[in-house]
Amino acid sequence: MLKILKYSFYDLIRSRWSYIYFLFYLILGFVLLFLNHDIGKAIITLMNVIIVLVPLISTIFGIMYYYDSKEFTELLLALPIKRSSIFLGQYLGISLSLSMSLLIGLGIPFLSYGLLESGIIFDFIILILIGFFLTLIFSALAYNIGLRNENKIKGFGLAILLWLFLAVIYDGIFLSVLMLFGDYPLENITLVGTVLNPIDLSRILILLKLDISALLGYTGAVFKKFFGGTAGSLISFLILLLWTYIPIYLIYKTAKKKDF
Amino acid sequence: MRKLFAFYSIVFFIFLGSNSWAKRIIVSASNSSISSVKHAIEIAQSNDTILVKSGVYQESDLIITKPLTIISENATIDGQNKGEIFIVKADSVTIKNFTIINVGTSYIKDFAAIRVRDSKAFNIENNTIKELFFGIYLEKSKNGRVVNNKIYGKAKNEFNSGNGIQLWYCNQILIQGNYVEKVRDGIYLEFSNYCTIDNNTSKDNVRYGLHFMFSNNDTVTNSRYINNGAGVAIMFSKFMQMSHNIFSDNWGSAAYGVLLKEVNDTQIYANTFSNNTTAINIEGSNRVTYTHNDFISNGWAINSRGANYHNKVNYNNFLNNSFDLLYHGQLNQNSFDSNYWSNYTGYDLDKDGIGDISHRPIKLFSYVVNNTPEAIIFLRSLFVDIIDFSEKVSPVFTPDNLVDHKPQIKKINHDKNN
Repeated sequence: MLKILKYSFYDLIRSRWSYIYFLFYLILGFVLLFLNHDIGKAIITLMNVIIVLVPLISTIFGIMYYYDSKEFTELLLALPIKRSSIFLGQYLGISLSLSMSLLIGLGIPFLSYGLLESGIIFDFIILILIGFFLTLIFSALAYNIGLRNENKIKGFGLAILLWLFLAVIYDGIFLSVLMLFGDYPLENITLVGTVLNPIDLSRILILLKLDISALLGYTGAVFKKFFGGTAGSLISFLILLLWTYIPIYLIYKTAKKKDF
Repeated sequence: MRKLFAFYSIVFFIFLGSNSWAKRIIVSASNSSISSVKHAIEIAQSNDTILVKSGVYQESDLIITKPLTIISENATIDGQNKGEIFIVKADSVTIKNFTIINVGTSYIKDFAAIRVRDSKAFNIENNTIKELFFGIYLEKSKNGRVVNNKIYGKAKNEFNSGNGIQLWYCNQILIQGNYVEKVRDGIYLEFSNYCTIDNNTSKDNVRYGLHFMFSNNDTVTNSRYINNGAGVAIMFSKFMQMSHNIFSDNWGSAAYGVLLKEVNDTQIYANTFSNNTTAINIEGSNRVTYTHNDFISNGWAINSRGANYHNKVNYNNFLNNSFDLLYHGQLNQNSFDSNYWSNYTGYDLDKDGIGDISHRPIKLFSYVVNNTPEAIIFLRSLFVDIIDFSEKVSPVFTPDNLVDHKPQIKKINHDKNN
């Protein structure tokens, strides 16, 4: 598996798209810092960008890479290598190279603007961690879609739809449900609903940092407990871990059974 | 003969002088003749000075009915939870440098560490009050000073705690440099006019940091209100002035930096509001002007609950608040012009420092949250940004004339504009 991971990783690192992705974050980071000089504010803006863009790019990259390397995968399958190593190796290759672009692309501008002395290094680590998790989750989801769909167009369509659903439509439906059933106690449903969407979950982690004063305006005891202490952040991270584990496990399962 | 007469007359005048000037009475725990403050007050003449030496004096109900100056040198008065401690019923009384502990708690009477009743020109200075029910309680008094006192309460609930400094039917009182923490209301003024409240700190109080009821023409300046139920609550009052105060970290579902209810003709300027759940909550208030304030990282910067007419919100900075404005009802001649909004997205082509397109400070989402509080969890979601944007482009739900016609492009530098 490590060999395939290494191969995919080097293959991707040399690809043009990784450079574009890396350059995008590099420029975004420098421009944000150049415009307001305040590292704290730049992190806030980046958080907003990251929870939308990272899933989108990971999804597209994941599905693209799957279809691109399909012939090579079929060649590998003819060799006496474990199936799970092939697919997990490829998957880890792509998600790690994407995460690296994110980390280095944002790391360089922030380090050069004095991140280490600013005292908000913890916020930056959370930002990178969230980006890392979202990359893992969404490229795994994209890989799952690829594995289940031979038709490229259909696969692409589904992957984009998945992103659109989790980033926008899910919130819309959820919000309408909340407004429709406003007369009922909705605290627990709201928390559960949020947990079921990794983008929402990442957003909550950011809210806990930025808008805590507004969040505490709401009277509910469950919310207060969740948002008040460190428990909220901890639980959110645990669930993100679960969100990463399940799609990867699904790749493993599907790859084992699939006919090529 | 003449020399002798001169000598006698000098002696006479000295004697006379010392009698009519103030006498000094020294109270000390080790002094057998005067070992209690109560005894000293009884034997003192008007305008005498009582000096209380260091030590703990277990006394209560010290009723003062003549002008006296009572100064402590490290003395502690322990009320043993029996009731009130100093009760001032005369003019020109000074109480200075005392540590007062263990004021009685009662649900029928408002026991206070220092009570001033029907008095003029009193001076309560540098006292430290602990284990209290009410701290300093002024009734029907005038022209007094309450300066540099420290009050440390341990209040947990509203119903069984008292206020730090309370004024009832008082006029022209100076309240300056006091520190009040963990009581019900830090400073409470009822029917009190022309008072000056300057440079106080009010912290961690169960209800309000500073509370006005039916009080007019008071000024509040340079004070700090941190982590109270509400920083300053002004109710049924008019002609007030609040400036250069700091309101911060007032968190909770009913927590406000400033709570205004039925307040008219008041000026609120050059204050800083940061990290409050709601910075200013306004209800039934008319002709109030808010200028040159900074609203930084609050949940809601201004929540206007309706029945507000002719208010002016101008030249303020709204920086990174979750919601800048929540508004109920019609515009009612309120003005929101010439502010700086950190989330203004317009441009300034003619470079006059004023945005070319007007700004709508109200987000549709703030209405949604108001109706369905749980929806707060969707803050900063892409979907919410989309509906906010579409509402901004063509307002359907929010009052379409509530706009800032002259949004500032740059953050307002208050010092230059003042």
